[in-house]
Amino acid sequence: MEVAQLLLGGIASGCIYGLIALGFVLIYKATESVNFAQGDMMMLGAFITLQLVNTDYWGLPFWLAIPLAIAIMAAIGYALEALIIRKLFGQPQFAVVILTIAIGFVLRFIAGFIWGHEPQSLETPFIGVNLRFSGLVIGMDEVFVIGVTLLLTLLLYLFFAKTKLGMAMQAASQNQLAAYYMGVPVKRINGLVWAIAGGTATVAGVMFAARGAIDPSMGLLGIKAFAAAVIGGFGSLPGALLGGLIIGIIEPFAARYGAPGYSQIAPYALMLLVLIVRPNGIFSQVQSKKV
Amino acid sequence: MADKSPVLETRNLEAFYGAVMALRGVSIEVPEGKIVTILGANGAGKTTLLKTISGVLDPEKGQILLNGEEIQGMEPDAIVRRGIAQVPEGREVFPFLNVEENLRMGAYTRSDNEVESDLEMVYSYFPMLKERINQVAGFLSGGQQQMLAIGRGLMARPKILLLDEPSLGLSPLLVQEIFTIIKRLNTEQGVTMMLVEQNANVALKAAHYGYVMEIGRIVMAGECNVLLASEDIQEFYLGVRGESQRAQKRWKRKKTWR
Repeated sequence: MEVAQLLLGGIASGCIYGLIALGFVLIYKATESVNFAQGDMMMLGAFITLQLVNTDYWGLPFWLAIPLAIAIMAAIGYALEALIIRKLFGQPQFAVVILTIAIGFVLRFIAGFIWGHEPQSLETPFIGVNLRFSGLVIGMDEVFVIGVTLLLTLLLYLFFAKTKLGMAMQAASQNQLAAYYMGVPVKRINGLVWAIAGGTATVAGVMFAARGAIDPSMGLLGIKAFAAAVIGGFGSLPGALLGGLIIGIIEPFAARYGAPGYSQIAPYALMLLVLIVRPNGIFSQVQSKKV
Repeated sequence: MADKSPVLETRNLEAFYGAVMALRGVSIEVPEGKIVTILGANGAGKTTLLKTISGVLDPEKGQILLNGEEIQGMEPDAIVRRGIAQVPEGREVFPFLNVEENLRMGAYTRSDNEVESDLEMVYSYFPMLKERINQVAGFLSGGQQQMLAIGRGLMARPKILLLDEPSLGLSPLLVQEIFTIIKRLNTEQGVTMMLVEQNANVALKAAHYGYVMEIGRIVMAGECNVLLASEDIQEFYLGVRGESQRAQKRWKRKKTWR
């Protein structure tokens, strides 16, 4: 029973890591550079939701505020790409990576300026609501997190596999020049990818907020999600989710059965192990270019 | 050449690759329903010319006219929408999409409902593609990828199809096969094409009109049968040896255009 309880909590936090990792992978696949501000975008998404929902602020209904917050963060993601990242189009990836780290800092300070540095908690309809199955306690927040992750994964899968725009995003990530030759507006597509990453970051942020308090430095969680993306194989969407789940599950078990501190080390130790054994990650989608 | 106004025309096109002047005033015409070939060695500027036409590179000077309208300096996707499709050098298929998805990407700019019938048309010319409809393009052979790239270009239903070295890296037999299909597409479907090639022999036999490019300039132009017969082309592009008194040449011929 204890194992099942740990597993459930692990899966729920794994879903959050997985969704942030998804944002890393989406942007990496499309633009071949890593967006280190992904965790801070999650933080911003969570705070925007807080602003909309909490009775101290605007007090909108929860289920209305979520889509609104997602839309706002998608717009912010698009704007970041269109106004800042796109200016570096064609520059070395290194420059873009440094730029995203800087964006992360800026977002953190903006959030601190607006909402303060004290931890705050989001008012959700399922605070303290629990389901009990013969000794197993399932928090409503855990059900929410897992359900939403499944739904979002399904939506993203359908979008990429079935829609013309999703297919164009895949094509542009596989061969940018050829996508240009097919008439795909690659720059606008990159902006849309950032918008999707902003949207998923918001969902992850709301999930995180539903399980605990948020403060402007929670974006540092992004580093753990980065490890998840590496474990899954940087470039594979199912891999990112799986990597997130693995890290989410390993943490509570290491905390319960390991010495103090093991739970903090475990995700990165696992990342190192995966890098040694399977350098391209579990779901590697790397193909060396043939001449 | 003079009976119809050209589908595609460039006037004094100049383009730079960094500091290198890659096009030094190129003027060509591609009439409707014809195949026009651009011949030239490595570094002559052929690919640069195609990239400039399709908008990936911006020209420094000069005009590109599609059906009389200036299109130079537009974004590449806008140019595709106006009817110029390119089959890029080295195939450049989408490696993780399957054959059908690759072909559908070719029709990305289209919103009419004849995409399905065009898909069948492409499969009728390349039956091999239909057999591998669900196979991922990255695992096709070079010849199959080239056929896929040509099919993908056709799916845009372009006013003009730009082909960049379709013979690159293929066996002579496959080159023959692909050029037979190119020729058939031109006569049966009326596809206007601009064909950039190093393989002068096969290109001149497939095309109607040819240009010869050297270091960024057009140095020779003419009907393909005229070019095939020209001594310069024979010597420098087809590798035909002239007869001489001792079965061995005593001097190197000079190009007449320099």
